[in-house]
Amino acid sequence: MSSRRIENFGKINRQKQLKFSWENKNYFGYQGDSLASALLANDIRVVGRSFKYHRPRGIMSCGVEESGGLVTIGTGDRKEPNVRVTSQELYEGLIASGQNAFPSVNFDLASINNLLSRFVPAGFYYKTFMGIPPFEWGSGTSVWMFFEKFIRKAAGMGRSSRLPDPDVYEHANDHCDILIVGSGPAGIAAAKEAADRKLDVILVEQDNMIGGDQLSESEFNSDEAFKELKSLGVRVMKRTTAFGLYDNCVLGLVERVEENVTLSDRRLPKQRFWIVRAKHVLIGSGSFERHIAFNNNDVPGSMTVNASKHYLNRYGVLTGKKIVITTNNDSVYSTAEILAKAGANVIVLDNRKETNIDLNKNNFEVINGVVPYNINGSKKINSLDIANSINSKYNKIDTITCDQVLMSGGWSPAVHLLSHRGVRPVWDTENLCFVPGEPKENITVIGSARGIWGKGDCIDSGIAGTLDAINKLGISKTDYFFPKQGGWMNPIEPLYEVKSKKTRSKSFVDFQHDVICDDVRLAHREGFISVEHLKRYTTLGMANDQGKMGNIIGLSLMADLLGKEIPEVGTTTFRPPFTPVSIGALAGRSVGKHFMPLRTTPMHAWNLENGATMIDAGLYDRPWYFPKSNETIDEAYIREAATVRKTVGICDVSSLGKIAIQGPDSTEFINRIYTNAFAKLPINKTRYGIMLRDDGIVLDDGTCWRLSDNEYFMTTSTSQAGKVMSWLEELLQVRWTDLKVNVTSVSEQWGVAAISGPKTRDVLSQCLEDPSTISNENLPFMCFISATLKGGIPCRIARISFSGELGFEIYIQADYANIMMDILWKSAKQFDGCLYGVEALGALRIEKGHVTGAELDGRTTIDDVGLGKMASDKKSYIGSALRKRGVLSASDREKLVGFFPVNKNDTFASGTIICEKNNIKGFGVGRITSVTHSPELGHWIGLGFIKGGVEEWKNINVIGSDPIRNKQIEIQVVSSHMLDPKGERMHG
Amino acid sequence: MTRFNAWNVIKNGFNGNSGWSRQWRDPEPKASYDAVIVGGGLHGLATAYYLAKNHNMHNVAVLEKGWIGGGNAGRNTTIVRSNYMMPGNREFYEHTLRLWENLSHDLNYNVMFSQRSHVLLINNPGALDSFARRYNTMRLTGSDGELWDLNKLKNKIPHLNYDNGRFPILGAIVQPRAGNARHDSAVWGYARAADSLGVDILQNCEVTGVTRKNGSIESLQTTRGDIKGKKIGFAVAGHTSVLWQMAELGNLPIESHKLQAFVTEAVKPLLDCVLIYAPAGAAHFYISQTNKGSMVFGGELDWYKSYAQRGNLPTVKENGEGAMAIMPCLGKLRLLRHWAGVMDMSMDGSFFMCKTPVENLYLNAGWNYGGFKASPASGWYFADLIANERPHKVIANHNLERFEKGINIDESGSGPDPKMHG
Amino acid sequence: MIIIKCPYCGDRDHSEFSYGSDASIVYPSLDAPEKDWVEAVFFRENIKGIQRETWQHSNGCRMWLEVERSTITHEIKSVKPCHTQLQKVFEK
Repeated sequence: MSSRRIENFGKINRQKQLKFSWENKNYFGYQGDSLASALLANDIRVVGRSFKYHRPRGIMSCGVEESGGLVTIGTGDRKEPNVRVTSQELYEGLIASGQNAFPSVNFDLASINNLLSRFVPAGFYYKTFMGIPPFEWGSGTSVWMFFEKFIRKAAGMGRSSRLPDPDVYEHANDHCDILIVGSGPAGIAAAKEAADRKLDVILVEQDNMIGGDQLSESEFNSDEAFKELKSLGVRVMKRTTAFGLYDNCVLGLVERVEENVTLSDRRLPKQRFWIVRAKHVLIGSGSFERHIAFNNNDVPGSMTVNASKHYLNRYGVLTGKKIVITTNNDSVYSTAEILAKAGANVIVLDNRKETNIDLNKNNFEVINGVVPYNINGSKKINSLDIANSINSKYNKIDTITCDQVLMSGGWSPAVHLLSHRGVRPVWDTENLCFVPGEPKENITVIGSARGIWGKGDCIDSGIAGTLDAINKLGISKTDYFFPKQGGWMNPIEPLYEVKSKKTRSKSFVDFQHDVICDDVRLAHREGFISVEHLKRYTTLGMANDQGKMGNIIGLSLMADLLGKEIPEVGTTTFRPPFTPVSIGALAGRSVGKHFMPLRTTPMHAWNLENGATMIDAGLYDRPWYFPKSNETIDEAYIREAATVRKTVGICDVSSLGKIAIQGPDSTEFINRIYTNAFAKLPINKTRYGIMLRDDGIVLDDGTCWRLSDNEYFMTTSTSQAGKVMSWLEELLQVRWTDLKVNVTSVSEQWGVAAISGPKTRDVLSQCLEDPSTISNENLPFMCFISATLKGGIPCRIARISFSGELGFEIYIQADYANIMMDILWKSAKQFDGCLYGVEALGALRIEKGHVTGAELDGRTTIDDVGLGKMASDKKSYIGSALRKRGVLSASDREKLVGFFPVNKNDTFASGTIICEKNNIKGFGVGRITSVTHSPELGHWIGLGFIKGGVEEWKNINVIGSDPIRNKQIEIQVVSSHMLDPKGERMHG
Repeated sequence: MTRFNAWNVIKNGFNGNSGWSRQWRDPEPKASYDAVIVGGGLHGLATAYYLAKNHNMHNVAVLEKGWIGGGNAGRNTTIVRSNYMMPGNREFYEHTLRLWENLSHDLNYNVMFSQRSHVLLINNPGALDSFARRYNTMRLTGSDGELWDLNKLKNKIPHLNYDNGRFPILGAIVQPRAGNARHDSAVWGYARAADSLGVDILQNCEVTGVTRKNGSIESLQTTRGDIKGKKIGFAVAGHTSVLWQMAELGNLPIESHKLQAFVTEAVKPLLDCVLIYAPAGAAHFYISQTNKGSMVFGGELDWYKSYAQRGNLPTVKENGEGAMAIMPCLGKLRLLRHWAGVMDMSMDGSFFMCKTPVENLYLNAGWNYGGFKASPASGWYFADLIANERPHKVIANHNLERFEKGINIDESGSGPDPKMHG
Repeated sequence: MIIIKCPYCGDRDHSEFSYGSDASIVYPSLDAPEKDWVEAVFFRENIKGIQRETWQHSNGCRMWLEVERSTITHEIKSVKPCHTQLQKVFEK
């Protein structure tokens, strides 16, 4: 091929030159060029290498179906592999390089694979590399993994960056009445018709100019068409691909916002990922020209016919000097004419015996009844062997010197979006293509995507499409009809493969993946005759173009081998996306710290100001510990826990779930959802309660306060808050609709500080307007009261203890949380108090044997955790029916216990498995779920489970086995109430 | 049948690959078989293979409504691991991993099991605690598992989001023997091996009706005629309920949900292990790279019941977010294809392999997320169940009665909410 | 995207909602025998076709809805509040 820019053709702006680099050399193109057209204008033939055989690849199309010209754009952290040169707009400073080749695409050492291709047909890797060659000796996976290293290195196409992507992407949403995919003649006509009817229309075009196939017409003016649509109120989205069509006419779009802009000038996101909800979708996605399989049909310089027309009339690039066009249909003749007019020497080989073409054929030659047989050349085309066909046996008859071979084996409507909806296409025997099936949803296919070839017919189909939409949407009733499919003067005749006499010809079906016709035959020979098996065995259609070019040829070959028709063989399902979508676009701005929302408590800022180190608790950030100067976490939490036991500590527990429960049936409701009795809870009292799931397993624990006859306040654990809320709503709205109860989440409305330790009352008294509010008489254990903090700030104080010390929880309007903390902390400091975080909170509760999510892991029963006495036998409640089913009530279940190391200097970790001394293997007899250093006891302690409970293990030490941390120690089983079992401290 | 080895590959290189023949036959259905397995996925094919190989039952048919491996066998992310903890599950998945380790040799078909490590990132100390129990149990029951501290992890995978993540990465817990395999190859390998032992693989043979007589199934009506089986096994995960109801057997502890999978364009090696990112209460995401170079990833279910083999956009978006959260270098890599598989999600996240109320019917179902890796052991134990008419002790609890019996083999503790067993 | 017409909020993406369960399940009374509860809690018809199911508009008005939807095509036939009193309110 020798391609060049020529005068008087194309829509590029020749006033504006753009510099770009290819393989480290600088070149020039013009504004309006694609990278492909710029490369062709500079006569660069080899732009890539194929996947397996590393055959040279040139530019083979001018659209998204490109499977030859895949390159890497950019460098460093902006390196983008596998970019189609045909879809990449040229910009000043664009850096492009070849990929999957060493040292370069022009000279690639790995092309030795091409010579070995006979040994590596489709699926060869399933047959070897298992063991030591040649007879696959050995066992296990080591030999395969040895080979695998080399195979992986050889595979892949481009090399991706390992640095974080510096570009910004964003998400956007929209709605419209009609969304039209594609701005070809049909799409534009449909948009105008819809706009005339005052409908809200979005027209989506993947290209940077609207027009579709009209861009290959010299007289078409895209800017004017664009202006007209804008003036009609059509929302035109250029550079935007409708990549997927999902339920309810919702489309995923990707808009390439500034990918045509020089890097340093980019200000906007690289891409925008749109979710558009349309009432009706018109698919005018066009059609793809197919190639023809024959020997060496992949030599750079081979291309689809229509592509060369685009290069000429859109980009002013004539792609060859001596061009042979091979075809089985009428679509090529206008191209032949214009190529000849531009100065090329053109010969058309039409496999049909006779054609009646209404064109001035004076400037090019047509040979009927002849097909391409073999291309001579490797990195460029030297000549084409041609053949005639007698009884489908092809005999070489001549050789034509040429530098380009253009192919047209027919056209395939782009049925992809409809395929996403599970609508199977239908084979059109007249036009030799799959046309869209009938969608049941509000979707209409228009233009050549419908199998309509003529421009006038396409325009009519666009108008009909809009009328169809209007009818389906019930806007108005209008008669309309769709033009008939097809539109050529002479019928197309089948031409998929020109079978070579060579035993292993290189007749490519899939150019990127190097699937050749013989691979399809091998698949057939080995029984891979279902289309899906064929695809998977040969990898046909699995490359970046997802079979846009080669699928039909593959199907036709299989149909031939099976003696069936193409539709009997089937179609493969096209999965979204239509063209590949960058992961960055999918993620949008939900990257880095914004991957997930951050939930903070109302005293978050206060905690940070006061030195908290934070930890994630689900989506919440909670204070973990408050280190003093150089303290480690262990030093800090041990100090904090010890301070609480000795004086006083304050902890932010605002992340607890909080639910307001109101209504005349509140008491009945509460009584049904907790295991323990709530019916007679007095006003102003709070009670610790346990909820079970339907299956009788513990769901959550928390406190519930009775505010009045008909009003309660419930707390839940942090992790289960959302689940419990939803569950209560479900019970009230779905199951127990007779109960008059309303539940409201008030988690965010309240800030909560827990204050505990022997000095708590002293500290808190100083903070209250009326210190007597919290006297033992006014506020006994498990009661609550309304109070006023100094400064007149109202709050609720509950006397609750998670730490086992004298403790209060102070609930305050979220807005006052920081002030409350100031007041409390100022007072606590006077008593040598501390701030403590969840680590110390954990230490304190483990000492007391209180359970949390670590113990309530969704498998434990209320009896397992030693709270069986809280499960009422006098009432029925959620979970009561199932909580004792079968082995859930067995006596040898694992029961909650405490663990001490026998050697008090030993430490251990959660997740340790408890085994009998002489049997350190298997599932063990128990496990440690939570551990801490106990400042009070002076050694490490653990909470966990052991078969039969503490009674079974009196005086029997066990082994804590922790192989992943290389640890094994002797352990004593103790009661889970490791500190103050009678609870004297908290009643003080 | 020509053996698969390098010698024969080279030999065929010289004769235009004409020496290869069908990898499995395309027989006409016989009127009756000793055992009929419904479902030509990996589980069904593996079952047929082990019936013939381990139990000398050769008069066996596998019925497939479409083409073998067309269901979840071809719709998964090909991860093989045995990091299960509950008794029964633990031994079962360990057995499956052992079978995988020698499967290529056993089947004479390269299933490409690559033991490249299953690396589960640890995002907070609490997560380590719960993983520790699991991996310690694995170690004490003869499997492998190890803890990687942050330095080791950074050495192994330098390009993760260590500095700018929403959740910190503290290290990883790893099963080195785990990895991934080639799904199609396992399907074809089992098919070819089973076929060579006399098993009839009947494709395009959809069961359309079940004829019951005297407490057993007399015959199955299929699109290729009536087929009788002395013993019948159902292995149609995703659609178990449909077949179960066709046999008028009522309800099952199963809901069908869909799980999406994603694959990118191929690039040169970028990730050498199976990587899992699951910060508690926030996300769940897994990613690995195929030998072809594509990144394969997935995450949570679409969260609603569905029999559609296609996914919806919100989940697509979430998976993009998951990918970027852990590997921010993936921004410019492009998604090539996404699809969904229909999962049998069970009420406790564990599978069913058991006898049924019908005397000659055996059930293999409820694979949740775990079906692909399970298939060798699934075939192994299901064949054992069918041949010996009693469950092996490893699967003794994997029956439909376990709920009323209070037997808890729920790995995640999520309870009877099928969509939560991710 | 499944679009659910919430009776209170209007047409909304399904990502605003949480799927609940099969709406045809009749939960027995709390004091019903164990076997009834086992059947209700653990066993499902798992319909392939149109099923009645519950969804909660969890990122919206929090209403629990009963939706008739095809589990094959995801097409929605009807949406109404689960709560019978609310049903009456929205019928007006």
